[in-house]
Amino acid sequence: MNKKKTQILLNIGLLMIGLTTLAPVLWMVSASLMSSGEAGTFPPPMLPKLPTFEHYLALTERLNMGRYFLNSFIIAGAVTLISTLLNSMAGFAFAKYHFKGRDKMFNALLAGLVVPAQVTMLPLFLMLKTMGFVNTYVGAIIPGMASIFGIFLIRQFVMAIPDSLIEAARIDGGSEFRIYRTVILPLCRPILFTLALFTFMGTWNDFMWPLIIMTDQSNYTLQVGLASLMGEHTLDLELMMAGSVITIIPVLALFLLFQRHYVRGIMVGGVKE
Amino acid sequence: MKLETQHFTQTIMTTSSRTTAAWIFLSPALAVIGIFFVLPVLAAFTLSFTDFDIYALGNWDYIRFVGFQNYIRIVETPLFWKALKNTFYFVLVGGPLSVAVSLGTALMLNSKLAKFKSLYRTIYFLPVVSSLIAVAIIWRYLYHPAHGILNYLLSQIGIAPIDWLGDPDIAMPAIIIMAVWKNFGYNMLIFIAGLQNIPDDLYEAAHLDGASWWQQFKEITIPMLKPTTVFVVMITIIGYFQLFAEPYVMTQGGPLNSTTSIVLLMYEQGFRWWSMGYAAAIAFVLFAIILFFTVIQMVLQRSVRH
Repeated sequence: MNKKKTQILLNIGLLMIGLTTLAPVLWMVSASLMSSGEAGTFPPPMLPKLPTFEHYLALTERLNMGRYFLNSFIIAGAVTLISTLLNSMAGFAFAKYHFKGRDKMFNALLAGLVVPAQVTMLPLFLMLKTMGFVNTYVGAIIPGMASIFGIFLIRQFVMAIPDSLIEAARIDGGSEFRIYRTVILPLCRPILFTLALFTFMGTWNDFMWPLIIMTDQSNYTLQVGLASLMGEHTLDLELMMAGSVITIIPVLALFLLFQRHYVRGIMVGGVKE
Repeated sequence: MKLETQHFTQTIMTTSSRTTAAWIFLSPALAVIGIFFVLPVLAAFTLSFTDFDIYALGNWDYIRFVGFQNYIRIVETPLFWKALKNTFYFVLVGGPLSVAVSLGTALMLNSKLAKFKSLYRTIYFLPVVSSLIAVAIIWRYLYHPAHGILNYLLSQIGIAPIDWLGDPDIAMPAIIIMAVWKNFGYNMLIFIAGLQNIPDDLYEAAHLDGASWWQQFKEITIPMLKPTTVFVVMITIIGYFQLFAEPYVMTQGGPLNSTTSIVLLMYEQGFRWWSMGYAAAIAFVLFAIILFFTVIQMVLQRSVRH
């Protein structure tokens, strides 16, 4: 087979995979703009006859979608802020301080990555129930306030910062907290941003924990709200597609805007031989 | 002499104050992880030996230790074996399929002949960041037996409609297809990074020796990519063992429990029927399985390195 032929075949293949990947997403957007019942006809229409925003209006006005959106935003935002702060402090300490038992403790933390989160959910629910946090933002935020992966990510990054920078700040009489704030944090900006992006998108898309902890409909996140909507409105295809669009768009926009930063997180966390 | 002592005390002072600082930096994160992760894991273990149920939920005085009864009940429940079988089906068929598609697309995108690489890379990655719930809902409609697009496309090439999510033999494959579509982009990126780490001169030397594309792939790419592959296979397997949202949204575990997974079973027992002791035992079985596969990964990784 000659080179030209290979090239054509290869690029056709890439195009086909690209279309297969995009088609369901594009169809979601298209169907969300069709009037009720239109998408369920046969053969399935590809484009709306007359685009309408009625389903988006119905979702936000009647079906609480705005509230779910707000809940998701508050929870993902709070988890992102708190965990980025806590993880960065812990990652810094593991990378730049020598104290007894440090490496043992860090290895023990890494071993914790093996435990699937589902194992913790039953006791965590009971625990938060006695503390009165079931069906509250606090309950949804708590398990995400620090993460082993986040600490690992920051530690790897801080270890590459030369000790001389920290020593210089110490000679200038800076307190340890000041060093963290004025030397480490500014240098860590890229990895902090990556971690924040990961955390926000991960928390936004999280389903099982909010499903368990939020018992009142008014406290549902978008994911939980959408899944429960699916139970009641299975036949409203166009409405469900509009709900999916609302749920997907924010993270998709974040990803497209900050792709480079997001991919870096996978590389640091993924190829760690 | 005096100066030396002073210096000595100063060193001790700064060392201990730095240790204090380190602990102050560590304590918030460690407290969160200790209280809301480590403690629940231990509690779950204890819980799995109790008969914690809906009555105990109201009044903890009703809790009794029952030894291994929950684990015995698990082994004696046909639905558990069904869920275990379904989960393994999803992991052992869906896992390798996902990895193969990821590797294939990574190889294609890494080729010098490919055009619009970064555009394709972005597109292939879109499903990864999309919400699983929304994706599952979209696919539920794509799979609709009467007016779903998939069956429409099949009808164009003369294939009779398939009851994707309604046929017990096809529901799990349907979920696997969706999972591959959703996830392949993630591992693809890791593979691309692995491919780019292979030195170009290896290929150049092979090329000069007259090695064909296939020979180069077999003798250079595959061996050099081994550590990446082991890593990718394991994170995929571990992730796939936690199958939950897909059947929850698309099939509710049906038809005829053909898509009930371990985690779905745990969720239903624990949070729908409040048999929390029993559910905790199920969670630990899942944990044991994942632990087993992780140990295999560690052994494999060690053997790859040496």
